[in-house]
Amino acid sequence: MSFPLLSLLVLTPLAAGLVILALPRERRDLIRWLALGAGLVMLLCSLALYAGYDQQAGGYQFIEYAPWLPQLGIAYHLGVDGLAVAMLVLTGLVVSAGVIVSWKVEDRPREFFSFMMFLAASVAGVFASLDLFLLFFFFEIAVFPKYLMIVTWGSPETRNYGGMKLTLYLFIGSLVALVGVLALYVQGGTFNFLELQEAGFSTEFQRLWFPFVFFGFAVLGAIFPFHSWAPDGHVAAPTAISMLLAGVEMKVGVFAALRAGIMLMPEGAQIWSPVILALATVNVVYGAFIAMIQTDFKYVIGFSSVSHMGLVLIGLATLTPDGIRGAGLQMFSHGTMTALFFAIVGMVYDQAHTRDMGQLGGLMRKMPWAAAGFVVAGLVSMGMPGFSGFIAEFPIFMGAWRAAPIVAVIAVLGIIITAAYIFLVVRRVFFGEVPPALAAVEDIPLRDKITIGVFSVIMIAIGWFPSLIVPLVETSVQTILQVVGGA
Amino acid sequence: MGNGDISPLTAVLPELGLLALAAIILVLDLFWDRKARANLGWVTAGGLLLVAVLSVFMAQPPETPTLIWGGMLRLDGASFVFRMIFLAGAAITALMVSENQRLSAQGEFYALMLVSTLGMSLMASAADLVMLYLAIETTSIPLYILSGFLLRDQKSVEAGLKYLLYGAMTSAVMLYGFSLLYGFTGTTQIYDIAAGFSGQNGLPAVYPAAVIGAMLLVLVGFGFKVSAAPFHFWAPDVYEGAPTAVAGFLSTASKAAGFVVLMRVLSAAFSDQALVWSGVVAALSIGSMVVGNFLALAQKNIKRLLAYSSIAQAGYMLIGVAAAGAGGESLPYTATTYYLLAYLATNLAAFGVVAAVSRLTGSEQIADYRGLNQRAPGLSLALAVAVLSLGGIPPFAGFFGKVVVFASGIQAGLTWLVIIGILNAVVGLYYYLTVLRVVYQRAEEVEGETPLAIPAAWKTAAVLSAAGIVAIGVLFLPWYNLSMQAASSLLTFR
Repeated sequence: MSFPLLSLLVLTPLAAGLVILALPRERRDLIRWLALGAGLVMLLCSLALYAGYDQQAGGYQFIEYAPWLPQLGIAYHLGVDGLAVAMLVLTGLVVSAGVIVSWKVEDRPREFFSFMMFLAASVAGVFASLDLFLLFFFFEIAVFPKYLMIVTWGSPETRNYGGMKLTLYLFIGSLVALVGVLALYVQGGTFNFLELQEAGFSTEFQRLWFPFVFFGFAVLGAIFPFHSWAPDGHVAAPTAISMLLAGVEMKVGVFAALRAGIMLMPEGAQIWSPVILALATVNVVYGAFIAMIQTDFKYVIGFSSVSHMGLVLIGLATLTPDGIRGAGLQMFSHGTMTALFFAIVGMVYDQAHTRDMGQLGGLMRKMPWAAAGFVVAGLVSMGMPGFSGFIAEFPIFMGAWRAAPIVAVIAVLGIIITAAYIFLVVRRVFFGEVPPALAAVEDIPLRDKITIGVFSVIMIAIGWFPSLIVPLVETSVQTILQVVGGA
Repeated sequence: MGNGDISPLTAVLPELGLLALAAIILVLDLFWDRKARANLGWVTAGGLLLVAVLSVFMAQPPETPTLIWGGMLRLDGASFVFRMIFLAGAAITALMVSENQRLSAQGEFYALMLVSTLGMSLMASAADLVMLYLAIETTSIPLYILSGFLLRDQKSVEAGLKYLLYGAMTSAVMLYGFSLLYGFTGTTQIYDIAAGFSGQNGLPAVYPAAVIGAMLLVLVGFGFKVSAAPFHFWAPDVYEGAPTAVAGFLSTASKAAGFVVLMRVLSAAFSDQALVWSGVVAALSIGSMVVGNFLALAQKNIKRLLAYSSIAQAGYMLIGVAAAGAGGESLPYTATTYYLLAYLATNLAAFGVVAAVSRLTGSEQIADYRGLNQRAPGLSLALAVAVLSLGGIPPFAGFFGKVVVFASGIQAGLTWLVIIGILNAVVGLYYYLTVLRVVYQRAEEVEGETPLAIPAAWKTAAVLSAAGIVAIGVLFLPWYNLSMQAASSLLTFR
């Protein structure tokens, strides 16, 4: 076996979390640097994966295998395809950025960064798993860091409500998925993903169990009507956790739904795809409309995530090459975009101490970097050519047009509304007069500017050079199509 | 696995060891002064460890289940595994008690606990109704006394009395069931009863409804021991009033003893009525989960909360038993045994933290756990690990327990029961997380206070128990093999 890059990526944050927890609480600097170090190690590992993944060969690479509980066919089985590599790069980015924007956390930084590392390990583990049990194991590890970080470090007004709502929604979803996963196990006799793909489940079986697995996991992707945890939870969470939740965790949900749902039960996916398309279309349009009427800056971004994740789900449910490619690209694009959005919301709040758009204004002059970053993310969000959003959303609509033109026609409304609410936010927060209450607002620190710069450059670079990521995701599209097309 | 011919004396080595240890404790209690007696807990725990080690080397069960002592006891995987579970539970409880100044110097406390453990050991291996009944009473009577051990504490005395009354009542009903079984079949040998129902013992075949009636009576007694609804009413009051260490012991070792008897008797004596008892157990399971979880929501006292939680946990384990009746081969009992192992480690840790916190703050109210993380980060972490394990979150022991139990349910075709189980797991997670929120959320009022002074021994215990829970939750193989050994022996008849 070659160098266990995936294990290093997954286990580094886990180890960092444990080490941080064992440190004395006064060692704040050491704690922060350890967390940042772990984030950067994740990022470097993921970049090494990106560089080392053989796009000609495709399929699953960097495979690691060790039996865990052979009696039940459970193994520590890691491996990645192109989409997973892209998701791991995203994870490394967002985790590192999350540590940087949380640099000045005052309340118990030891517990904060430790829990954040556990969350990071959970996310990375799901993307790297080729064993359904292992995938579920990592998936559920996220429960307690998510909950505890929201209720402990979240915004005091809504954290109890938002945190519990998020956790229970996601827990119900994951347990429903667990029932489906166990049904797959009982029928297929193993948790090994690659063997289950060959198991040949009957059409009846797939019709019955596909919705358990797919919708169970898709709750974390905020599929309508199970989306309402997302805005409440994102808004209640501290900045870094909002970034991780919306930027990466929601992709974890869709990724698991794709792996365990669509790829293991392709016939089920075909049977249920009209339902998914319909629900996801509601996501896109309804999410965008609700985002438009928000007065809280953070809620706008919260609902925009609901809307954009709808596009991802539409892309997958078309089961066409274009749609799936677009969905994979949108997962990456939306991850970077929304992480940047939430980071900027957090920066504004730290300085202005309000998120009410009625009380904000003119911040372009006070914090130009934040304003510029927000505009870039906004353009990505609208799907402007020259930004990563265009590369992602255009194929989704092409796929949707082929599978169900009506979906494309309705969903495209979402783009228009998105443009409207983004412009609205930019005008109300960053332009106009500075209210007297905000006269003392200062610019953001250098570390935040670096974060904004890195995310912006990535999104623009992908917009101009799609070949940075498209061929990588394309390898997964081929793998998925082999399964779905062969049905 | 040991050799085939095991001598009758080494076969009961754990029981002999327990008896000798109890005697030693009583003698030491007599001769040691008060200061030295504070170490009795360590002597007890050390002795139990010694007994366990000796048993592992000398009293391994034979390959094929063997009846000894005239058919009174059955040596098999289940009896061995469960006896080790009881020894572990008793040892941890003894350590917990040794930190409690009101109890630690009382030799009779440890002696009673050891006798009760001896009873559980016999319960795990009893193959005869008479032996079984004696074992259950040997287990229960010391527990009644232990629950009421704090004589100056009204709640403790009330707990003891309440436990006694409920126990006596259910035990009487169960005994009536035993007598019917003997009357129907002419035998008290658990493994001959099934044949007796169909008339193979020389007596006429038994009318099926009568068999089921007797079975229900027996289930009353077992349901009481595992604190399944509707035989759970004693649990909250007893847990609240009894010394915390006793509550921990009751909720783990005693429950495990109930489960091994339940599994053995149902599978061996009522093998032809499997579908019936599967349904009955499923009903008990649903009742326990619903009652336990929903009433736990309203609790303000942490020990009452854990009591209702332990009722709910029994419900999840019963899913495994119901699955066994519905035809799940060896997976269901393996799952239930694994769940019990995980639950034993978890719940003892939880009660350990509760005991420690109530010593430090003098309170068992959940509201008084506010800001605990700021004052005692290590204890908070141990509590978090235990509570999350109870909630079924990885990488903690309870997660895998739940997954295998649910898997066994689905394998046996009880998907509807599993779905009720997962809905209950969600309710359960709500109150577990609420406790954690209280512990972790920043509390202004404790801001200025100094961190609680925590003895080094407790810190070690907290770290060890957390590590143990993670070990059972991550390194499945040894625990799974043990559970499977127990499960397959329960399904081997002759």
